[in-house]
Amino acid sequence: MLGFVLRRLLISILVLLAASVLAFAMVASLGDPLASLRAKNPPPSAEYFRERRAALNLDKPVIERYWLWLKGFSHGDMGRTLDGKSVSGELGAAFWVTMRMSIAATLMAIFLALLVGVYSAVRQYSVGDYAATFTSFVFLSMPVFWLALLLKRWAIGFVNHPSVFGWHPWHSTILYTTGQQSPTLPHSLFARMGDYAGHLILPSISLALITYASWSRYQRAEMLEVLDSDYVRLARAKGVKPRRVLVRHALRNALIPFTTVVAIDVGAVVAGAVITEYVFGWHGMGFEIVTAVRNYDTDLLLAWLMITGVFVIGFNLLADILYGVLDPRSHVT
Amino acid sequence: MTELDRGPSLPDESPIIVQEMAAIESSATEASEGPEREFTVAARSQFRIVLRRFLHHKLAVVSLVILILLFFMSLFGGAMWKYRPTDETNDLSAPPSLSHPMGTDSSGHDYYALVLAGAQKSVEIALIVAVVTGVVGTAIGAIAGYYGGFTDSVLMRITDLFLVVPELVIFALLANKFASAGWEFLALSLAGVLWVYAARVIRGVFISLREKDYVEAARALGASNRRIIFRHLLPNATGPIIVNITVITATAVLLETSLSYLGLGVRYPDTSLGSLISIYQEASTTRPWLFYFPGVLIVLICLTVNFVGDGLRDAFDPGSRRVRA
Amino acid sequence: MSAVTLDDAGQEPSPPDLPPPLLEVTDLTVDFSSDDGAVHAVRGVSYRVRPGEVLAVVGESGSGKSVTSLAVMGLLPRTAKVTGSVKFKGIELLGMKVNELNKLRGNRLAMIFQDPMTSLNPVYKIGWQLAEAVRTHHPDVSKRDALSRAVDLLALVGIPNPSERVSSYPHEFSGGMRQRAVIAIAMANDPDVIIADEPTTALDVTVQAQILETLQKARDETDAAMVLITHDLGVVAGAADQVLVMYAGKSVERGSVDDIFYRPRMPYTLGLLGSLPRLDTEDAMLTPIKGAPPSLINLPPGCPFSPRCPLVSDVCLVDEPALVASTSPDHVAACHHMDQLEGDTTPADVFDAGDAGVDVAAVLEAEAAEAAAEAAASAPPSEDGHA
Repeated sequence: MLGFVLRRLLISILVLLAASVLAFAMVASLGDPLASLRAKNPPPSAEYFRERRAALNLDKPVIERYWLWLKGFSHGDMGRTLDGKSVSGELGAAFWVTMRMSIAATLMAIFLALLVGVYSAVRQYSVGDYAATFTSFVFLSMPVFWLALLLKRWAIGFVNHPSVFGWHPWHSTILYTTGQQSPTLPHSLFARMGDYAGHLILPSISLALITYASWSRYQRAEMLEVLDSDYVRLARAKGVKPRRVLVRHALRNALIPFTTVVAIDVGAVVAGAVITEYVFGWHGMGFEIVTAVRNYDTDLLLAWLMITGVFVIGFNLLADILYGVLDPRSHVT
Repeated sequence: MTELDRGPSLPDESPIIVQEMAAIESSATEASEGPEREFTVAARSQFRIVLRRFLHHKLAVVSLVILILLFFMSLFGGAMWKYRPTDETNDLSAPPSLSHPMGTDSSGHDYYALVLAGAQKSVEIALIVAVVTGVVGTAIGAIAGYYGGFTDSVLMRITDLFLVVPELVIFALLANKFASAGWEFLALSLAGVLWVYAARVIRGVFISLREKDYVEAARALGASNRRIIFRHLLPNATGPIIVNITVITATAVLLETSLSYLGLGVRYPDTSLGSLISIYQEASTTRPWLFYFPGVLIVLICLTVNFVGDGLRDAFDPGSRRVRA
Repeated sequence: MSAVTLDDAGQEPSPPDLPPPLLEVTDLTVDFSSDDGAVHAVRGVSYRVRPGEVLAVVGESGSGKSVTSLAVMGLLPRTAKVTGSVKFKGIELLGMKVNELNKLRGNRLAMIFQDPMTSLNPVYKIGWQLAEAVRTHHPDVSKRDALSRAVDLLALVGIPNPSERVSSYPHEFSGGMRQRAVIAIAMANDPDVIIADEPTTALDVTVQAQILETLQKARDETDAAMVLITHDLGVVAGAADQVLVMYAGKSVERGSVDDIFYRPRMPYTLGLLGSLPRLDTEDAMLTPIKGAPPSLINLPPGCPFSPRCPLVSDVCLVDEPALVASTSPDHVAACHHMDQLEGDTTPADVFDAGDAGVDVAAVLEAEAAEAAAEAAASAPPSEDGHA
């Protein structure tokens, strides 16, 4: 197991390096950090331009710039944003903000996908199956920004300010629709957690609903195949109770490829999180990347890509380890 | 995205050979040349069988009809409609009515015309992406899967990289840089990234197909690689290929509308369903028609594409155990 | 040909000195619905198995032999329509609630499947799967005791180093060892009936003999009756007491193993025997049965074997023959022309000759007449003058 992890770590580092090269090439060729300055009217002096160019190392050849950046990055220096703020500081905070939402959404999506997938497989061709399948299809055909906006509107209209035949029982922000936390946080830890949670519910539900859909389709197909297998039939022939057959024999086996599915999709979850944050006005990685792209903030962009890359690769490594634990045939343990 | 990466279930025997018995009457056509003339049967019979199975799925058929209607309306409806998207009428912010089926916006533009224009962009982009990813993805995936070696490793490394970098960011960067290039560029850049997913799935399909016994049999009869790919593998891979293309198409629509929503996709003067939603997102309570119609249309397009794809998957898979209740 | 009066259950009455049957299948039919129509996989099969007996069920793929056993164990999908009666020790199994059926399955009734590579759950250790079999029906047994019973069972089926092997995963076992483990699972609770569905088909010939030996050992240990499904007549010859031949979803001949091998009365049985490669006959060529089994969806009327039968006549195409006693009350066959198979007819007589365009029926009649004449000539005159 240890050998496997070490091997994978080594490969991951190589992949990250390759990704960094690709990212740097892309950013360097596509972005012009001084574009906003150029667009200003009247334009700043040539002197100022030269100063900024030197500060951003734009006067050096690409490869040297890459090397300089890499050196700094590996020492934890992620550079500065165009506004002069510390990139590591900005992204550090943003990362955990996005993490809360992504982790909550992913957990919810896994739970929903397993529930719906197993139910659909066991009750194949029933009304429940058709309804669940149709619902999943609707959600996976829906753009995440539209669903997020819908939930926002409904939360405001039906939960926060409900109206029953003209009577308004309450006006209260139960489900927050903007930001990841209130501007002034309460002091007690409990209340603070409640504040986080209140802000977390809508965005993570939006993201979870979009994500669970394709996973549940996959899980249904996988369960159907497993339920038809010889070993499940043997378990039944042994007289094992149906629920135990379903969970201990069928689901246990169907979970193995499920980890791969979730791992592959983590990039899509990140993309979805970016959009969801935008809709709900969160100041997380989504906000940072949109800012970075708009302003061609190279340091911010590169750091963002690297952090996301580390996250995705780390997540995949975790998934592979989990796969090795779940499947004794995989020669990992 | 996941539907793209898992390997679809494949028939264990060449459906062509299995259905040879049923289609004996049509075996005379292309069986005259080639070393394995004994085993080749006209693909026409496979088409008929798939068609018949597809028609059994009412939902898929209905979706196909709706989809064709949507395509038709999107591509030609704008020209046939009485209003252009830029026409300003006197009805400001009017709810849906007989003269304006989808109402109007604050400047009196007929919303149905605007939505049609947006749908047209989405459909056009989706079609370009479908064709390019289909052709390029299949070609490269087939070569990588069948021959392995250099093409294969390169492909796999590229896909690994793409997994690490969320493609949304790539598109955002590209879109920002080439903002003035127009929607065609967006379509091509979407295709330029999404073909990788198609290629990966096709590669998987070809890898499992090339191990099948009938390939070995064909080789033993002296068939060349080219012949094996075109006569045996490609027809058997048609199912997964087509299904994969539908999934990518739906994904392309969602990506394009998301990018447009963020302001990074289709730009003015072109309309996109995503940008319409972006403009009118605050109007969901006061003028709901401005918010709901574009969204519903996006869902409708993707939904029908996905249902058709699902129906096709069932139609191509001989192992489907559809039981009449 | 003599008719036999059936009892109320539709079976031939048991002779009073034999023990009552453990498993009694009467008129079992199984239908599946498919895109092209109803598939009549099993069309009225009856048999009974007594304690200590081995019944071999023989037939080609698609004859319905596996489906029959799955129906007995209640392992068919919900979409299957099953009618008829399956009685275990007098208890009706068809239509039984799953909870009740589970008390019998893996306990009094056990099943062994065909493909050992896929029969075992790949994610659990062998010992765990054996222990599960024990603890499902004896929940008061501790995990440790169940595991030690697992070790004993593995030793019984001939797996070396059982105390170590009990912690192995199925993929660490060879095919033959996996099948032994499956047999061990079947034996775990001392069943009364073991149903083995083609237990050797997926294995190498060298391993086949070992598995059959292991099955025999299992029977010795548990005193169980066995239903052995196979298409291999060689296996039947060595292991079976009674044989049931199935074709196109129906039983076409049933009798003792000697009856079937030496006195077959249904052309299909004869054909099966002729397809067996043998070292002790003079015929250099095998006599295969031409053609393929019929589709079970739209079966034409009459005997389903007619398209391939050299003895076919007009009545065969119209009237599906019923099972009627032939050489003895316990040996039944379904053929309108079973009398033509009396005497020492070999498969080569019936099948090869048919291909050459010879009127087989005439040849056989002539042969039978000759045999009868000979018998009459050499037999001493009896008191009442019967021949």
